[in-house]
Amino acid sequence: MSRLIRMDQTGHTTLAEWRADDAEAIEAAVRAFREELDRGYFAMVSTGEGQAEQVRELPVDADLVIMRLPISGG
Amino acid sequence: MAAEPLPELAAVHWRPRVDAQRLRRTDALWTTTTIAHVVPFLAAGIALFLVQPLAVPVTLAAFAHAWVIPELYAQRGANVVRPKRSRALVEAEARSVGLLGDLVGHEARELHASTGLVLERGRLGAWLVGPAGALLVRPGGRRVLCYCVGVNDPELPSGDRIAHLLLALRSDERGFATVANLAFSGARWRVRRRLAAAMRPALDAGTAAARLLDTRAMP
Repeated sequence: MSRLIRMDQTGHTTLAEWRADDAEAIEAAVRAFREELDRGYFAMVSTGEGQAEQVRELPVDADLVIMRLPISGG
Repeated sequence: MAAEPLPELAAVHWRPRVDAQRLRRTDALWTTTTIAHVVPFLAAGIALFLVQPLAVPVTLAAFAHAWVIPELYAQRGANVVRPKRSRALVEAEARSVGLLGDLVGHEARELHASTGLVLERGRLGAWLVGPAGALLVRPGGRRVLCYCVGVNDPELPSGDRIAHLLLALRSDERGFATVANLAFSGARWRVRRRLAAAMRPALDAGTAAARLLDTRAMP
């Protein structure tokens, strides 16, 4: 089961869950994904030990997609 | 690290992108600045004493300045990882630490539990990431750069704050070092003595990791 989560004030919130063979769940996940992008979040996927990548489309085959806010120098 | 630059770089478009060579220049500049602060006070103190030995209190005051100014800079550096009270609920904190634990290995999880910092090996050095800043231990482990960087949501729990920084760092290390504000660059021992005692093992672990890094592989 793949998950789309957003890091937020609750720790994190699961926005969508899907399986690769469940078109309806994927569609809902894509919708949720785009809504978060529109709100200014960036989507990140781990691509190996110590590596991550920003994605602009929902990677359906990823186990975990994390939405994060922009960072800035303090 | 992936090639796509951090989108946050657009907010600091005037800054040159950090690389190993630029970091070496930054290190050299900070060393020169420190010398420029220390040497005049030492020289003035010695000269005063030679001219008028009774002026020894002034000499000692000059020496104190030569010592205090670099210490204040180091304190400023150590402050980037100083723990701050979280506004998040206890449950949110626990949940965020759980997610962070999923992103890092066993060793980093244990280090975070005991020190509040996450160790991440990069190509520029070994990073120690906290909720509102990061320390970069340069290869060889003798020098540390202290960066002030965070996510602008005061309600976020600390684990999420670290996870934000960690994901950004992992996607574009050089971009991360460019976006972050440099608060200090100097000798590791200077930063270590200004850190909270509980955090010093993290710096020691970062130093050990940095000593194993191959400087030839640096970008």
